[in-house]
Amino acid sequence: MANVSQTPDWPKLSRRLPNVVIAAVPVVFLGLFFFYPVFTILANAISQGWNGFTDIVESPRARNAIWFTLWQAAASTALTLCVGLPAAALIARTTGKQGAFFKALVTVPFVLPTIVVGGAFKELFEQMNSTLGVPNLNHTAAAVIIAHTFFNFAVVARTVGVFWSGLDHQLEEQARTLGSSNAEVFWRVTCPRLKPALYAAAAITFLFSFTSFGVVLVLGGLGQATIETEIYRHAIIRGDMTSSAMLALIQVVVVLVLVLVNSTLERRTSVTTQMVRSPIAALGTKTKIGIGCFTVAFLGTPLVVMIERSLSVGGKYGVRHYTALFSKIPQLPTTAVEALANSVVFAAIATVVALTVGVICAMAIVARGGFTSRFFDLGAMLPLGVSAVTVGFGILIALDEAPFDWRTRWWIVPVAHALVAVPFVVRSVVPMLRRIHPSLREAAALLGAPRSRIRRQIELPLIARGLAVAAGFAFAISLGEFGATSFLPRRADTLTAPQAVFRLLGTPGDLLRGQAMALSVVLAAAVAVTVIASEVLSADPTSRSRQKPPIGS
Amino acid sequence: MPRLSIPLVSLYLTLMALIACGSDTSGADQREENNETVTLTLLTHDSFAISEGVFEAFHDQTGIRVEVLTSGDVGSLVAQTILSADNPVGDVVFGIDNTFMQRLLDQSILEPYKTSELANVPDRFELDSTYRLTPIDYGDVCVNYWIDALDGPPPRSLMDLVQPEFAGSLVVQSPETSSPGMAFLLATIAGTPDWEHFWTQLKANDVAVTSSWESAYYGDFVAGGGSRPMVVSYASSPVAELIYADPPVDEPPTGVLLDSCFRQIEFAGVLAGTAHTDEARALVDFLLSPTFQNEIPMNMFMYPVSQKAELPPEFVEHSQLTENPLSLDPAEIEARRKDWTERWVEIVLG
Repeated sequence: MANVSQTPDWPKLSRRLPNVVIAAVPVVFLGLFFFYPVFTILANAISQGWNGFTDIVESPRARNAIWFTLWQAAASTALTLCVGLPAAALIARTTGKQGAFFKALVTVPFVLPTIVVGGAFKELFEQMNSTLGVPNLNHTAAAVIIAHTFFNFAVVARTVGVFWSGLDHQLEEQARTLGSSNAEVFWRVTCPRLKPALYAAAAITFLFSFTSFGVVLVLGGLGQATIETEIYRHAIIRGDMTSSAMLALIQVVVVLVLVLVNSTLERRTSVTTQMVRSPIAALGTKTKIGIGCFTVAFLGTPLVVMIERSLSVGGKYGVRHYTALFSKIPQLPTTAVEALANSVVFAAIATVVALTVGVICAMAIVARGGFTSRFFDLGAMLPLGVSAVTVGFGILIALDEAPFDWRTRWWIVPVAHALVAVPFVVRSVVPMLRRIHPSLREAAALLGAPRSRIRRQIELPLIARGLAVAAGFAFAISLGEFGATSFLPRRADTLTAPQAVFRLLGTPGDLLRGQAMALSVVLAAAVAVTVIASEVLSADPTSRSRQKPPIGS
Repeated sequence: MPRLSIPLVSLYLTLMALIACGSDTSGADQREENNETVTLTLLTHDSFAISEGVFEAFHDQTGIRVEVLTSGDVGSLVAQTILSADNPVGDVVFGIDNTFMQRLLDQSILEPYKTSELANVPDRFELDSTYRLTPIDYGDVCVNYWIDALDGPPPRSLMDLVQPEFAGSLVVQSPETSSPGMAFLLATIAGTPDWEHFWTQLKANDVAVTSSWESAYYGDFVAGGGSRPMVVSYASSPVAELIYADPPVDEPPTGVLLDSCFRQIEFAGVLAGTAHTDEARALVDFLLSPTFQNEIPMNMFMYPVSQKAELPPEFVEHSQLTENPLSLDPAEIEARRKDWTERWVEIVLG
């Protein structure tokens, strides 16, 4: 029943001027903080000739890395889709407190330190090995893929879940009335209409796994080098910027192709809905409990390990590691609590910036066709697919002269976080915007509403829940310290909580490890609270008073 | 419908207000920079730590303020220093070690400065005859063992590690991603008759390899719940295990294989292009003064190079340093790093 969305008629030129100004926001932001730095560092390397490129392409190690990067990212995406889809079904049907807690739980992995998650998975693999006889997966490609599934679970569960809940469910009812089984209804009726959200979630998961660094290093073996880890090795360990830039160039090209293919697929499958409220068929109790238990067990295990260690004080249990977060210790330039405060402020800023830039990009992608749409689509997705080393070092050499010497400004930290968060915002919002039926906009325009008012009063409310999902992702990404900031010089007073965790784990001793665990738990709690808050704020007030949909039927 | 967007808009405005507050802070910083006092920027790695008040003492003596910028691990620090050579981010760089120093010395981005404080520093620490890099502290990368987790007596030499009684006991870091991993590879190159053969035997003895110190120490090593009783770490790690033990202990739970220790020396240098050469030199002097040197052990778990510095009691009592650490010429390390690590990968992966 998918029908291709029409490009709505664009108002006359006189009305377009404000649009041009608004559209300039993401162009300037991404241009200045992403494209210009990345271009500078790549151009620097290319200007030294293409010999480096031939060397890289001909080296078996680099070829292996490229191949491994591609197939593990594809496998991670496939597994995440399979594992995350049932949770999406659950999220589509849960509202209120329970739903908010569930959504918080799936988002928490973003901020869990890789080293802690890696340790938890390692123990799990070893137990599976000794008790069930499963081969020990530690340091294998399978471990990397499972960990990527763990981190990206929320991308599939939440992006697809929120889209699913907003579909017109009358079609399913009709199919059931005509005698289709539940499975048939899902595969023939629901699944095809979920495709835009599935493609969006797949794109994010793929790029996330494509440029993943810590997971590959901690859980992968020596043989599991990816383009990202090879870029790091050449640039940092070998000091060979040319080889590193050549690999970065290959990375950019691959990402460009992928994003183009993905946006085409997403566009072709986009569905519109009349926004008729119709109840979604409920899941059976057993199914619900099954999905819930699996999700809690899969995502909760590292969390439980972390909480247990954070509370274990001198062989007993206590909260001393938590109270210690308020004291200054030599390993950190500020107290852990101050680092946490920094993280929260940066995350708030990164969220606002990413939402602003991302929503404008999304609107431009949906409203315009052809080149403009592709331009914004590619521009907004690339930051997730380009290595942190490339972006960090790019900023270091590009934004280095007054009045643009911004390398050590405190705000470059949230800006770099926002770069990685923008793709999450765009992919959460675009499918939601696309399905707003053109007749809604046309009717409003016919009644004389200006474009800005249509945006404010029709589009924004209809994508509010998508925005909540996007805000949750952006916040978690910044709190988890994703992106290029590890490769920029940082002032002591901009220390963030994940950096503090890393430093606490850098000196031996159970006290320091206990504090690192306590800080990680607080970080996870901060994300959970934010997700719950954004869910409550964005909840559709009408849905709360609605009657529960009938079961089965 | 409009009701719906009100909470969102208010959230958005709150966040915007937060940004505004943030911008104010940066304005204040800027004003401070424009004051008459010179503010030096010390560029260093993430493991840099020093007590509050140490740079206050420097300010009281000289009127110079110090701002610390950290740049990731030592490899990342070197890469960033080289990349930003035309417009340096800092005035003084600290934390360049002997495994990376040649990479910086090959470029002309450091100014020579022979501080009079070097008179208190033993000659063996002065690896740079051009005086562009001044030694500040040192430490050793050694095999550590968890005393109670060993079945028998601890190993006494590097060659013991390939004996059957230590099969499956050791976890090391990859020299391709980790600086202690690199130091241990260098230790085997300097300390065994045939390092390639040594690694072949070590692999046959089921050595585990991780990408980073953290995943070795807190993953495979018994300290973090792993099963391996031996790990590549630092000579000072047992002291840290003692100081940060929980519950407190009288003796460190770990010991050090002194025969496996590779010496790491950390250097500081004045970055060419600084607008404050004299002040930068004063900071290098200060890094070698007892005020700073005495603070090094308890903050960074390294050892001060100055003979005037005093070690804290925990270090005097519990830390073991070998008289004869293993070492290699920094120029040779830089020239052969690629060949060595590639050969290492072939052996360990092959």
